[in-house]
Amino acid sequence: MTVRVQEADFDIGAELAALRAGDARIGALASFMGLVRDINDGAGVSEMTLEHYPGMTEKALKEIVAEAQSRWDIYGALVIHRVGPLKPCDQIVLVAVTSAHRGEAFAACEFIMDFLKTRAPFWKRETTPDGARWVDARDSDNSAAERWAE
Amino acid sequence: MSVKVLYFAGLKEALGIGSETLDLPAGVSTAGELRQWLAGQGRERLATARNLRCAVNQDMVAADSPVRDGDEIAFFPPVTGG
Repeated sequence: MTVRVQEADFDIGAELAALRAGDARIGALASFMGLVRDINDGAGVSEMTLEHYPGMTEKALKEIVAEAQSRWDIYGALVIHRVGPLKPCDQIVLVAVTSAHRGEAFAACEFIMDFLKTRAPFWKRETTPDGARWVDARDSDNSAAERWAE
Repeated sequence: MSVKVLYFAGLKEALGIGSETLDLPAGVSTAGELRQWLAGQGRERLATARNLRCAVNQDMVAADSPVRDGDEIAFFPPVTGG
């Protein structure tokens, strides 16, 4: 499993190639990428800054991936999350999972994203024409995470 | 006992401080009691903030979780990454 929190951008093609390199057991690779939009809650967004809790953020992401590994038969998992200043169209997050068949990869990838959204300490602050504001958590994100309850 | 307290995001901005090391009085032995005590020490935003989360030693905890000497305790708003 690989978890990285970084300011730098990443190359999705190179990351996915590295995740599956040389492993002929892998029959499926599912990935999700989150991107900065130029609108949120009805206001234009010109810039976004992501803050995190160094140490806890990485720990939380590793625990989420470990939980996915215990629930599904997956081979590899990758989480990259950017922090610092970002602009619309920028890449924010990449989650990718490999497995023998697509079901496990799809499910584990979605599970990791749903838990990342509600458990990993990141906070978005966005710049709009009315000034900067901290983004509010969405109830729909909590509902998304809760549907995985066993 | 002495603990390190961290604040993040909108809470850090409202308080104007990101971290502090504090000696706690007797009677402050849980995360919830620490929050109440801090609010009474002039950090009113800790009393008024909605849905505030708390982590002790980098694990998310409930308000009744114990805090101990040397702990790192963080308060922050609900997370919004991804």
